[in-house]
Amino acid sequence: MTTVSTRPAPPAARAAVVRRRARRTPATWWRGGGAHTLVFLLPVLVIFGLFSWWPIVRSLVMSFQKTNLVTPAQWVGLANFEYVLHDPLLAVAVKNTLWFALLALVIGYPVPLLAAVLMSEVRRLKGLYSALAYLPVVVPPVVAVLLWKVFYDASPTGVFNTVLGWVGLGPFPWLQDQSTAMPSLVLAATWAGAGGTVIIYLAALLSVPPELYDAAEVDGAGIWRKVWHVTLPQLRGVLFITLILQVIGTAQVFLEPYLFTGGGPANSTVTVLLLIYRYAFENSLGGNYGAATALSLMLAVVLALFSALYFRLTRSWSA
Amino acid sequence: MKSARRATALTVAGALALTLTACTSSGDDGATDADADGRITLRVVSLLPGSEQAAIDAFDAQVAEFEEANPDIDVVPEEYEWKATTFAAQLAGGTLPDVFEIPFTDAKTLIANGQLADMDAQLRTLPYADRFNPAILDAGTGEDGKVYAIPAKNVYGVGLHYRRDLFEKAGLDPDQPPTTWDEVRAAAKKIADANPGVAGYMQMSQNNTGGWQLTVNSYARGGRVQEVDGDGRATSTLDDPATVEALQWLHDMRWEDDSLGSNYLLDWGTINEAFAAGQVAMFTSGSDVYTSMVQTNGLDPEVYGLAALPLEGDDAGVLTGGTLAAVPAGASEEIKDAAIRWIDFFYTGKLVDEDRAVADAKTLTANDQPVGTPVLPMFDQAQYEQNQEWIKDYINVPLDQMTSYTDSMFDLPLVGEPSVKTQEVYALLDPVVQAVLTDEGADIPALLETANTQAQALLDQE
Repeated sequence: MTTVSTRPAPPAARAAVVRRRARRTPATWWRGGGAHTLVFLLPVLVIFGLFSWWPIVRSLVMSFQKTNLVTPAQWVGLANFEYVLHDPLLAVAVKNTLWFALLALVIGYPVPLLAAVLMSEVRRLKGLYSALAYLPVVVPPVVAVLLWKVFYDASPTGVFNTVLGWVGLGPFPWLQDQSTAMPSLVLAATWAGAGGTVIIYLAALLSVPPELYDAAEVDGAGIWRKVWHVTLPQLRGVLFITLILQVIGTAQVFLEPYLFTGGGPANSTVTVLLLIYRYAFENSLGGNYGAATALSLMLAVVLALFSALYFRLTRSWSA
Repeated sequence: MKSARRATALTVAGALALTLTACTSSGDDGATDADADGRITLRVVSLLPGSEQAAIDAFDAQVAEFEEANPDIDVVPEEYEWKATTFAAQLAGGTLPDVFEIPFTDAKTLIANGQLADMDAQLRTLPYADRFNPAILDAGTGEDGKVYAIPAKNVYGVGLHYRRDLFEKAGLDPDQPPTTWDEVRAAAKKIADANPGVAGYMQMSQNNTGGWQLTVNSYARGGRVQEVDGDGRATSTLDDPATVEALQWLHDMRWEDDSLGSNYLLDWGTINEAFAAGQVAMFTSGSDVYTSMVQTNGLDPEVYGLAALPLEGDDAGVLTGGTLAAVPAGASEEIKDAAIRWIDFFYTGKLVDEDRAVADAKTLTANDQPVGTPVLPMFDQAQYEQNQEWIKDYINVPLDQMTSYTDSMFDLPLVGEPSVKTQEVYALLDPVVQAVLTDEGADIPALLETANTQAQALLDQE
């Protein structure tokens, strides 16, 4: 490694140093191929600008406006934010979203880790297991939801109820009851999303130095002690990242409540994002786009603050 | 220097973005909608997404017929289902066809918002323009007295749809459908007991249809959900005793009889699906829903029955609604002229012109599509009966299985949908219906009280 750094710099690098020292003018920029950079950059800038940044700016502006997207918008100051904060459904949506996040944390977070650790322990057919774990991610979400809807049929002849009936359980109402609807959504979401996280953990597990396991084995550790004292500490960086990604993801859960229950029964699965959707689209005579963008902005700010706080708190542990 | 480069890049990107937006928006005010051959392209609503091939064939045959008679118009059919949740975005985004369909309840506001094209001059070119039922034509008329949305497709009264096969299996006479809500309840219980897993009766509960059907049930017991005084001030009356009664009835069927099956989250499309599949034995919906259940859900006509909605109490009435055809604001005169020719051909002309009525019926029967589904008259009763006479040789819907409805359809008192913030009020009622269906201890008066307060707040908003 040291020999590399002591070698004389290659000609290109030397030229770069010289150029950096020279006064840069538009002419030198042009001669130095700046135009090419720009040409290559343009498609990305245009696409991001048009489809990512411009909508963000527009929604920011819209949160202070009243508009039906047809007639000219009116400025309404903070009225949209007031409207959202006074909506009785907001508290319900926040509570439901937190409930989903908590359930997803309890059910959904450990499952991929457990699966990854088990899969890394097996010696044969590793590829097959990874493929099986990843398969649900490949299934288009709408197809998966339709499938799960059939499984969740609440009659005694439904798929899950039949299977559970064999061991004397159920029948359960699944999506058709205010208390079981949310856990049902989490179960389906975990099935659909675990594969991606499993792959991340499997990759991270490969980077754990085998010497550590050998040393642990010499010290007489069994499999669980190895997992607890070697695997988990080695994975903590990845674990922290997947945790924050999961929290941000669950705070924005939309697909499952939208497709499974439409927020029902009786608003028991209305989430913050579904509420945003309802503000914007529920009314056929032109939605409350102002309230929708205002709530989106509030959610974005809360998540940004949460992320910042989280990274601050965990900086010392995850290094 | 780095920042200068970035600035240049952003300027260029910004300029390009502006050019792009300029390009895309210039399409709106294009001078002509005609193509190279001078033909006008007219995008029209065709069928519900997922319709059977035979229905698509029948529609295509009608398009071919129209294009032959109107060689200067190129009709492009687009599948369409009006949904409260997608309509506003489609309209604002300019992705609706040139001729689209809207419910009666939405027209006035869309007109006031300037979102529909003025079709008054075009409507007046139709020889039968002044023969429309004035009350129905009014639904699509603006404050300025001009017609923006034209009665089309249907005017419906709500009826009770039932499965004759499930009635028979439960030992009930399919020719004697229930005529009171108590009889509906008793029949539902028998059917559910005789056919495990089947809902003897079920009611829509999702995507604003829960509120719509609760309103139907409230009207049928003499209730109202909204009152509008002479000054246009609307008062919400969701806590009407008839509405409480309608919900209590539903609650008892769910929790005492267990006759509502096991799926309590259904909307217009999914309840049609469940009924056609034999999972639901009775439900209430527009009288014309038979057509779409045949076209989209493969309903077997043999098993279908339609009964009049039971009416009880003073002032009880059948909820009525319907569909209007409209053209987006900003459409060119050429498009509007082409649109009225299509509306005349596809929707209204066949109701008043014998040749057209017969031609239309012929095309539909040739493709095994329903002809003669009972709807309410768009003109008057005499015209309706005349029309039925013209097409009587082609009628292929099982009218003898619908006599309970057709015998009384002109005698039942009709009540229009609530006129102010209809969909938003319906949306407030969805969770109330769902709560009754999923919570045995649901406090009906309290739920309605809360919804009523919220509805009144909506009505008081400017």
